[in-house]
Amino acid sequence: MANATQTTADGGSAADAVRHEFDAKARSQTSIILGRFVRHRLAMVSLGVLVLLALVAIIVPFFLPYNFADTSSGGYLTPSARHLLGTDQLGRDGLAQLLRGTQFSLAIAFSVAISSTVVGVLVGAVAGYLRGFVDNSLMRLVDLFLIVPQIAVVALLVHALTPSWYVVAGVLAIFSWMQIARITRGEALSLAAREFVEASRAAGAGTWHIVFKHLIPNMIGTITVNATLSVSAAVLTEAALSFIGLGVQLPDTSLGLIVQDNYTQVLLRPWLFWGPFLAIVLISVTISFIGDGLRDAFDPRQTKVRA
Amino acid sequence: MFQYLIRRLLISIPILLIGSFLVFILVASAGDPLAALRTKPGVTAAQIHSLSVQLGLDQPIFIRYWNWLTGFLTGNWGTSVALGEAQAPVYDTITNALWVTLRLVIGAELLALVLGVAVGVFSAVRQYSIFDYIMTSVAFLMFSMPIACVAVVVKNYGIQFNDLLVSLHLHRWLQTAGPPATGFGNNLGQVIVNYSGTFLLPTISLMTISFAAYSRFQRASMLETLNADYVRTARAKGLSQARVIFRHAMRNALIPVSTLFALNIGAIIGGAIITERVFGWNGMGTVLVKSVGNYDPPTLMGWFAVTATVVVAFNLISDLLYGLLDPRIRLG
Repeated sequence: MANATQTTADGGSAADAVRHEFDAKARSQTSIILGRFVRHRLAMVSLGVLVLLALVAIIVPFFLPYNFADTSSGGYLTPSARHLLGTDQLGRDGLAQLLRGTQFSLAIAFSVAISSTVVGVLVGAVAGYLRGFVDNSLMRLVDLFLIVPQIAVVALLVHALTPSWYVVAGVLAIFSWMQIARITRGEALSLAAREFVEASRAAGAGTWHIVFKHLIPNMIGTITVNATLSVSAAVLTEAALSFIGLGVQLPDTSLGLIVQDNYTQVLLRPWLFWGPFLAIVLISVTISFIGDGLRDAFDPRQTKVRA
Repeated sequence: MFQYLIRRLLISIPILLIGSFLVFILVASAGDPLAALRTKPGVTAAQIHSLSVQLGLDQPIFIRYWNWLTGFLTGNWGTSVALGEAQAPVYDTITNALWVTLRLVIGAELLALVLGVAVGVFSAVRQYSIFDYIMTSVAFLMFSMPIACVAVVVKNYGIQFNDLLVSLHLHRWLQTAGPPATGFGNNLGQVIVNYSGTFLLPTISLMTISFAAYSRFQRASMLETLNADYVRTARAKGLSQARVIFRHAMRNALIPVSTLFALNIGAIIGGAIITERVFGWNGMGTVLVKSVGNYDPPTLMGWFAVTATVVVAFNLISDLLYGLLDPRIRLG
């Protein structure tokens, strides 16, 4: 209807208006899904909070009177106008540390999520499409990666390499792609049996063409939802790893490392402990809600409203 | 069923062998066990050489793996090479630590399972009630909390509780730094008090994440069975609400959850590492952190071999359990 009025307003003839009266602007799949996501209130609020947190973590340090490494103020100061979150044992500003830790934790979590999703999707899609020997070998590879506890093998590798943030992220990614590979494989198995894939194959399309043009676009919902979930999993794993002292080390930092530095002070100087704790929870909660919103947007059948 | 079991066992063996070989390469290339000696004054090159021959470091990796594997299978797991560990036999270290961790984990997991199932069933039966919303939020929050922080917070509330007891002229009840060195006491009352005081805090912090997973899982599967046709039939027959829920719906809804425990074992080990660290228990987690820090390959290999075997065994149990509990699934 909006279209029809617009045409007349543009000065089109009455006949034109009649002809276009029932035209509906074709909405792409993307805009439908985006529309559903935007209407998901909790997910939008979460997205806003997460973006705000990231912006604050990046921008605010420029306006702080202290550099994150500045130790000139003396250790364990109580919060004041100068040091909103006090200082830690070495005299570093608590807020500057917290914001820097948030930067690193977010960087680690997102790079782990992106790289493990790419690897997992490729492995899963190829295994599910080709089946047979390739499928069997790839899935046995997944089994192999799953038999050792992730945190233990990552700790060993990070300790052997250097404890900088990108090494931690890379090693974590190497041991986080298996779950998404399994999920994608299941979906690729069922998609590969559908007619449009068969038609494409009959037309002479190669494996990679089918994987990239037919399988992955049809699994994009599952992939995005699982990618978001792997962000929050990565935040928590990184925190655990750094907490036992086998993750990120100075000069890099992370929220887990800050918790580890300050957890003995939880009773005496709670502000040093609760800051990074709440930051981790906030990142993890908002990402879960965003994942929820995405799931509902991609697959309206799964909404929480009873059918 | 029996055939399936045999086949799965036969698949598990090569996976464990290849996995342990890869882990062996990883552990062997992760450092130099003699690094500390090389820089130590007064240690000659000849001594270093004889030590590396003694440890088999001069041999090709395949032979070293073979020696480790045959040793491991015959109960000779080697001795620690870390300085200050005084040649501790790996077998003793690992089995002691495993026992400590199992005592901690099994209780916590069972409690989390029972509570999670109860909450999940109730949430599903009263879907969209206030209780359901509260438990959903609680589970969401628990999923999002780093276990390290949970353990720290629980521990400190424990310390404050102890201080409160002391201020009331009572004995400290909760243990916040490992199990009591002197044992749990002589008479039954003492044992109960000490035992509960020792296990309460680490159990709570271990439970949080598992509880969240079990309650969500149970709620989802319970909702599915409550909407199933046979439950409607049961209601139509005029059975009481309790009978429908517990006999017809819940029994079937328990199937997926019972396998979750087995599949979750890797994550549970990860959680135990952190909890042990905070509460000062000398379990598998402490052994791992120590032997990664000291770079102690024999202990690391023992650790990985034992946990990998546990993970593979539990995966197998979960598959078998599913087949046993759900006759619609035919294993074969």
